[in-house]
Amino acid sequence: MEGNWALTRKRPRLEQRARIVQTIRSFFVQRQYLEVETPHRIPGNAPEACIDAIGSDDWFLHTSPELCMKRLLAAGYQRLFQICRCWRAEERGARHLPEFAMLEWYAAQCDYHHLMAECEELLRTLVPSGRLTYRSRNIDLSQPFERLTVAEAFQRHARLDLRQALAAGRFDEQLALHVEPHLGQQRPTFLMEYPLELAALARSHPARPGVAERFELYLGGMELANAFSELTDAGEQGRRFGVEEALRREAGKPPYPVPEKFLAELAAMPEAAGIALGLDRLVMLLTDAEAIDQVVAFPPELL
Amino acid sequence: MLSTSDLRKGTKLMIEGEPHVIVQFDFTKPGKGQALYKCKLRNMISGALFDRTYRSGENFEPASLQECDMQFLYRDESGYVFMDQKSYEQVTLPEEALGEQKYFLVDNMEVKILMFGERGIGITLPNFVNLRVTQSEPWVKGDTAAGNNKPATVESGYTLQVPSFVEEGTLIQIDTRTGEYVTRVKE
Repeated sequence: MEGNWALTRKRPRLEQRARIVQTIRSFFVQRQYLEVETPHRIPGNAPEACIDAIGSDDWFLHTSPELCMKRLLAAGYQRLFQICRCWRAEERGARHLPEFAMLEWYAAQCDYHHLMAECEELLRTLVPSGRLTYRSRNIDLSQPFERLTVAEAFQRHARLDLRQALAAGRFDEQLALHVEPHLGQQRPTFLMEYPLELAALARSHPARPGVAERFELYLGGMELANAFSELTDAGEQGRRFGVEEALRREAGKPPYPVPEKFLAELAAMPEAAGIALGLDRLVMLLTDAEAIDQVVAFPPELL
Repeated sequence: MLSTSDLRKGTKLMIEGEPHVIVQFDFTKPGKGQALYKCKLRNMISGALFDRTYRSGENFEPASLQECDMQFLYRDESGYVFMDQKSYEQVTLPEEALGEQKYFLVDNMEVKILMFGERGIGITLPNFVNLRVTQSEPWVKGDTAAGNNKPATVESGYTLQVPSFVEEGTLIQIDTRTGEYVTRVKE
């Protein structure tokens, strides 16, 4: 009996993956970030209309370590990072696994511009030549990454402008089908300034009403990370959770308990920015893999 | 009824009264947004291909097609001929209805033929088939790194990636659902 060929042939990418994770760890340790581990199984996630958790008895597997990371920030930890597994129900495709690896980092006394700069530095550390080839397209990492507002991106690429798309409930469809494929093709793109209603945990932009300080990073048409300047107003956060939770219940999803400890401690949280980056997708980009299955040993179908 | 979570490559749906099969499937979802299910569908009667994007919450009527156990007899200019071993009735499938599956058909293989009324419109193969490698570059001595692969062609003309130690003349097992190499077969 010879070994499982589907596993054997992944070895070069799994070896690269291990090196990438080591480089990421040293990058953050050198910058005085503290690596933490928070529980994977929690009473409830931050309610978001389009992200579904997998239940575990009467609790849930976390969809992101966000709530626990922010409670640590509120307790005075200044710089934190975590590499962990997260679970999202029913997400399976060429770039999605229901269980996936997430890299999250948070910095107190910073806003989302700081995180954009850090993303540029992290990617240049991972690709010292500054030239990344993904799916035979060359992406230049050596120049400042493109900064593009959501409104501009819709103007350029979508069939509807941003206002029309939102009014028609077609924002996600226009973004996924017409905008995303164009982003981050010559150099990485920060898609920024999201409509406030699409950023339940982000701070609103002080100068632009209705806009949140949120960005997503794209390379080669692939969404890699989501970030924002964190909302620290506990009252406002509680109201936004109420809206999202109502949408979830309307859609027949299992109710989450109100994250009361998080909301109570949020009042003590300093100004901060946080980001979640899909580690499997980062490995896809750095190893020129077409499908997420190629960068993990065991996609669910192989179990 | 089927929901979007039932959609995947190979799912068969009724659209406007005709059976369709999903030949390419991708799930896509902007991080915090709504899930989209991008499908390329083939009309199983006309063979026409087209793209459709569905959203969560949509429902689908499954294409309930009758499956008949049949044996592969031979191929001629009209297509691939199969026979029901109980009734001795024969059905011919055109090459387009088989797609890549034609490479995994072996004489006398027992398969399931999907029937739409009297017409054979598709086929379900056994999950694994053994085929002999007819062409592949020889193994370079010293090239022992795990995971090394190379292209090989099997007797049906199908080309796939195999481990570097597989040589010409070797009988190998192929997964007919994915078209990928599984293992060498002891003879």
